[in-house]
Amino acid sequence: MPIQYYLFLSLALFCIGIMGTLMRRNAIIILMCIELMLNAVNLLLVAFSKMWQDASGQIFVFFIMVVAAAEAAVGLAIIVLMYRKVHSVDINILNRLKH
Amino acid sequence: MDIQEVLFYVLSVLALAGALGVILSRNPVNSVLFLILTFFSISGHYILMNAQFLAIVNIIVYAGAIMVLFLFVIMLMNLNADVEPQKNWLVQLAGALSGGILFLVILSAVVTALRSLPAENIDGTQDIGLIQNLGKVLFTDYVLPFEIASVLFLSAMIGAIVIGKKDPGLPAER
Repeated sequence: MPIQYYLFLSLALFCIGIMGTLMRRNAIIILMCIELMLNAVNLLLVAFSKMWQDASGQIFVFFIMVVAAAEAAVGLAIIVLMYRKVHSVDINILNRLKH
Repeated sequence: MDIQEVLFYVLSVLALAGALGVILSRNPVNSVLFLILTFFSISGHYILMNAQFLAIVNIIVYAGAIMVLFLFVIMLMNLNADVEPQKNWLVQLAGALSGGILFLVILSAVVTALRSLPAENIDGTQDIGLIQNLGKVLFTDYVLPFEIASVLFLSAMIGAIVIGKKDPGLPAER
C-alpha cells in the first residue's frame, strides 16, 4: 500500500481521538481517547519505518508503548483517588481545585 | 484488487468504526470494548507490514493489560449509561468541529507535501520487524533508553501504589 493510505488512516484516528477528548466529560473516556491518539502515532511510525527501512521507528514505538502503559496506570490511580473524594468522574466537578 | 488491499481496507474500516464507537457510545464499558476492537485492527495492520514483534506486544500490552485495567476501574466505580454525564450539545458540536477542522488542515498540508515524496509501497516483505533484527538494534544502539524505561516502570508502579493507598485515618486536628 502506498504510504499515503497509512498517513490518512493515522490522521483520521488521531483526529477522532482529539474529538473524543473534547466532547466527553467522563475522565476515563478521555484517558482512552489519549491512548487512541498514541496508537495512531504508533501506526504512522511503523509505516514510515517500513518505508525508510529503518528500525528506529519501531524501537520508538516500543518506547511509546512503555510510556503509555505507565501513564495509564498513574492516571487511573489519580482518578480512583478523586472518585473516593467526590464520588464522580465528571471533569466539570473535578475542575475546581479549591473545593 | 489483491488480497493485501482488501485486508488493508477491511482493517481500516474496523479501526475507524472502533474509534467512532469509543467517542460516541454512552456506556463506558462499550467504549472500552470498541477500543479493544481498534487495537486488534491496528495489530492487524502491523502484521500486514510484517512488524511482528510490535503486533504481539500491542495485543499483550494494550488490549491485554491496559484495557483490562480500565475495565477494572470502570467496574469499581459502577459506571453505566444512566449516570453518564454529558456536555451540552453546543460544546459537543464545537469539539467535533475543531477536530474536523484540524483533520482538514493537516490533510491539506500532508497532500501538498506528499507531491514531492516518492510513491513507495509498504508491504510485508522486509525483515525489519522481526524480533531478531529489532533486538539487535534495541540492545546496541538504544540500550540506555531501554534501561531508563525500566526505571520509569518502577517509578510508575511505586507512584500508582502510593497514590491509590487508602488513608489509614489521620488523627483529628486539635
